[in-house]
Amino acid sequence: MNWGSPAEFFAMGGYALYVWGSFGVCAVLMILEPILVRKRQSSILRILRRERQAEILENP
Amino acid sequence: MSNRLISWFKYASPQSFYPLAGRMIPWFWALTAVFGVIGLWVSFFVAPTDFQQGEGYRIIFIHVPAAWMSMFLYVVMATWAGLGLALNTRLSGMMAQAIAPTGALMAFLSLWTGALWGKPMWGAWWVWDARLTSALILFFLYIGFIALQAAIDDARRADKAGAILALVGVVNVPIIYFSVKWWNTLHQGSTINLAKAPSMATTMLWGMLLMALAFWMYSIAVALTRVRAIILEREAHTEWVKDLNEVKA
Amino acid sequence: MNAVLAIIRRDLLLAMRRKSEVLTALFFFIIVASLFPLGIGPESALLRTIAPGVIWVSALLATMLGLARLFAPDHADGTLEQMVLSPTPLGLLVTGKIAAHWITTGLPLVLLAPVLGIQFDLDVGALGVLVVALLLGTPLLSLIGAIGAALTLGVRGGGVLVSLLVLPLYVPALIFGAGAVESHISGLGAGGHLSLLAALLALAVFFAPWATTAALRISLE
Repeated sequence: MNWGSPAEFFAMGGYALYVWGSFGVCAVLMILEPILVRKRQSSILRILRRERQAEILENP
Repeated sequence: MSNRLISWFKYASPQSFYPLAGRMIPWFWALTAVFGVIGLWVSFFVAPTDFQQGEGYRIIFIHVPAAWMSMFLYVVMATWAGLGLALNTRLSGMMAQAIAPTGALMAFLSLWTGALWGKPMWGAWWVWDARLTSALILFFLYIGFIALQAAIDDARRADKAGAILALVGVVNVPIIYFSVKWWNTLHQGSTINLAKAPSMATTMLWGMLLMALAFWMYSIAVALTRVRAIILEREAHTEWVKDLNEVKA
Repeated sequence: MNAVLAIIRRDLLLAMRRKSEVLTALFFFIIVASLFPLGIGPESALLRTIAPGVIWVSALLATMLGLARLFAPDHADGTLEQMVLSPTPLGLLVTGKIAAHWITTGLPLVLLAPVLGIQFDLDVGALGVLVVALLLGTPLLSLIGAIGAALTLGVRGGGVLVSLLVLPLYVPALIFGAGAVESHISGLGAGGHLSLLAALLALAVFFAPWATTAALRISLE
């Protein structure tokens, strides 16, 4: 085990800004990207559903 | 043998690939989580402090996998694009289009983490190191591919034009890397290499490999999710899309 | 072969009729290269070090300007479709067009470069290397640029897009081209750089017309 205490862990031996800056941005982007892709998927699904509803209403 | 071939071509159609991808995505997310958790644990708790670089070196556990993935994804993207051009399958172009943004993200991450690693180690956010410079150009290549596809309205034409660009790019990437390396040695730039930790402990290597696996699985999961959205967008007019349960609901 | 010569002659004739376009690119080259000393300062030692890079970057940008003219006018008036349908292989015709593009944009740059080099206080030997490097490098720029021009043919925002696609691919030409002059100045000899540049040119002569042809066919579908 490398760390005596949580504070030591977050301090990263003085490199906190760089280490957490890297890992943080990486985590944020890797959470954001799937969310954006999921949004793209659900927005096209919404359009498709609406089109289908419109078709059903037009020719019952 | 012929049966094999048929089943492969069966999944090359967007109609049968769409549900298959849907079934595969959760598995790849699970693998991402497993490799990610073990990888992070190794990178923070198992891998020892580097005697030269202190704790700052831990950035390589995401920097190196991101750099690997950015190069690997470009090759995969070009392969799909080339397949699309050669076999004229619709799915290949969609796959190439689905991979590109994730590849660009990986290239960006490798640049970002490279800069954050460089500041404490070299004393500068950006050094014109051969690897960093090639990564930057790779990022530009991704942006060019995405921009070209976005500018062309006809999806089939966008696929084919993108395919040619990706193939030209994939021929150029080694030439660019070689030329940048040559340029770098001529100018006697920094001689420290990012991945060249003097005594690369095996645990460090393991951490890097596990994180690379996590990034790989993540890329597959995201690309598959995106390709499903692209399939729906492009095949919106077809009967099979209208008959999907998601659409009916 | 006759068809290639005919295409070159035709394109040169067209360029002669529209001299202003050729001259614009040329003056652009001169102006961009002349701006650098104004931005950086007149110390001749500094100017000598940046000269190869500045002249090469200006050459890249000037070549980019000409790329829009490469296929767009022929596309607009339907000539390009005739070329696709003609019995002569499209690849040969494309090679002819690229050659004509080089003669109208690349060659003038090569001839003007020594003048700019003098502005930057380069000695005679360095000027010679610069000219040879540009002579090998500018056809390479035209060949790679043609792929980009063909890909963006008739695409909205094509002019800006082509620079986004092509400039990253110009990196090796820039490195070896400017590097040749630099290593000559530093006494290392330019042979290695120039032969690598020539190798790249040989590669591009072989592949670029082929890729351009494929891209043109896609654009015209």
